Amino acid sequence: MNPTLDLLYRLADDQLILGHRNSEWNGLGPILEEDIAFSSMAQDKLGHSLQLYTLLHELGEAEPDTVAFTRNAPQFHCCQLTELPIGEYDFSLIRHFLFDHAELLRFEALADSSYEPLALVARKIKGELKYHVLHANTWVKRLGTATEEAIERMQAALEFTLPYALGIFETTDAEPEIISSGLFIGEKELQTRWEASVSKVLAQTALTLPDLRTLTPVAGGRHGQHTEHLQPLLDEMAEVFRLDPTADW
Amino acid sequence: MYGSASTHDIPAKATTGLENEDPILLAEFEARIARGEKIEPTDWMPQLYRKQLTRMIEQHAHSEIIGSLPEGTWITRAPGFRRKMAQMAKVQDEVGHAQLLYSAAETLGKTREQMLSDLVNGKSKYSNVFNYPTPTWADSNVISWLIDAGAIVNQLANAKGSYGPYCRALDRICAEEAFHLKYGHDAVVHMATGTPIQRKMMQEALNRWWPAIMTFFGPSDKMSTHTEILMRWKVKMATNDACRQQFLDMYVPKIWEIGLTLPDANLRKNEDGVWEFSEPDWEDFKRVINGDGPCNAERIAVRRAAEENGAWVRRAMQQPQARYVRPLA
Repeated sequence: MNPTLDLLYRLADDQLILGHRNSEWNGLGPILEEDIAFSSMAQDKLGHSLQLYTLLHELGEAEPDTVAFTRNAPQFHCCQLTELPIGEYDFSLIRHFLFDHAELLRFEALADSSYEPLALVARKIKGELKYHVLHANTWVKRLGTATEEAIERMQAALEFTLPYALGIFETTDAEPEIISSGLFIGEKELQTRWEASVSKVLAQTALTLPDLRTLTPVAGGRHGQHTEHLQPLLDEMAEVFRLDPTADW
Repeated sequence: MYGSASTHDIPAKATTGLENEDPILLAEFEARIARGEKIEPTDWMPQLYRKQLTRMIEQHAHSEIIGSLPEGTWITRAPGFRRKMAQMAKVQDEVGHAQLLYSAAETLGKTREQMLSDLVNGKSKYSNVFNYPTPTWADSNVISWLIDAGAIVNQLANAKGSYGPYCRALDRICAEEAFHLKYGHDAVVHMATGTPIQRKMMQEALNRWWPAIMTFFGPSDKMSTHTEILMRWKVKMATNDACRQQFLDMYVPKIWEIGLTLPDANLRKNEDGVWEFSEPDWEDFKRVINGDGPCNAERIAVRRAAEENGAWVRRAMQQPQARYVRPLA
């Protein structure tokens, strides 16, 4: 695939799928304020994905609604981390923390992309992601230093989630060209920055970051290989849209 | 959304007890209300006023969070980016209203935790319409437009009530509800003027919801007693029948205008400008409000699961001595 399309699909699909998952917290949060916060982040992520699908459309791909609502799982390029069900709050919080640290650093780097339309969008998106990271850090520090029960839960969630988080940085064949053309700094460099960033926050808690070199990343998502959770998510998302794809809803 | 008068009527036994209030303070209190002054949390107020307002604001708050569930189901199914983002923002507003209202109710002395606990234990109620199912996207659109419309009729009236914190919360809520109304109307119009599949979905949803909508403002004033003192204290600002008439007058023409029909052959405006309609099934209303509706158990079960699953987070936050046991690096 053309390196620009390859990159944009990965970015857009991550945002769409995690935005969709975050929206599932409506009515289920541990406090009302968290229902509201997860909804805000979901709305931001949906908006980010729409901007990125719009860039794809400008490059000749189908309309954003068609791209988002009619593809099946093997055609998606999101990392598997984003598609896992929301689980309990500890998992959703840790996923949000690990993902959004990477996402902020990613879009900060993309703000200097050689592809100017993407750089422009990234400058807007990174400003919003700053608040997502602030939210994640606040809660991770709070719960990661609170009761024994909370610390245990957060530690277990961290250990469960990390292999999936390493899957964020899975590369495709387009990676060398993405880097050489100045589209993006590349996943390896991003991962280095990410490790420093999450370590710094976790060091302020009672949580322990395992040695990442000992973990096996859960990869495949960038190549259309997904968990059993993605297709049901897509079926639900498109349930109404597919009743009449020609209709104006 | 989503407050309605339907659950706010005062129980018969609650009107007693006024004879125990200090008559001078009570007279001053009533004079202030008559002058249009607002009562604030630290002001003197009769026990009955405190109790009734707590009950009313709490039920309104519960209606917001329970009401966010049937519409929330459709966030993950909303057709297309535009609807998905709008549905999410709309439902988020409703949860925000609950937050505002619990805070207003807390000024009367009952904690949010206690109120939520009473909700899941069935001790306090919420708007009865949310005990009915929303099987299609069109049902969600009907709620967004017409249930929110009903709530606005009610809340605009109550925003002129006597209790300061509730009035201020309602002012903010009504400003957001005005957008919900536009959103709901837009969604309904798209469906009602869309493809045959869409039109059919919308008409069926409206047929399903109409009986519940007709009960939204509560039983007829002929059947509902004890409202006199609540009206005098400006706790209840308009009668159930007056709200229902206002709603019908504003929205029935709009519904007919877009080619939808309503499942009541007797619905019409008479020569005196009063809407006539078939009397809703109040026995069914009573049965559902007392717990035996199609979705009561499901709604409460979702709320209870949320309370239980999130309990560890709240416990962690209530332990300030445990915070920052490690130095901040």
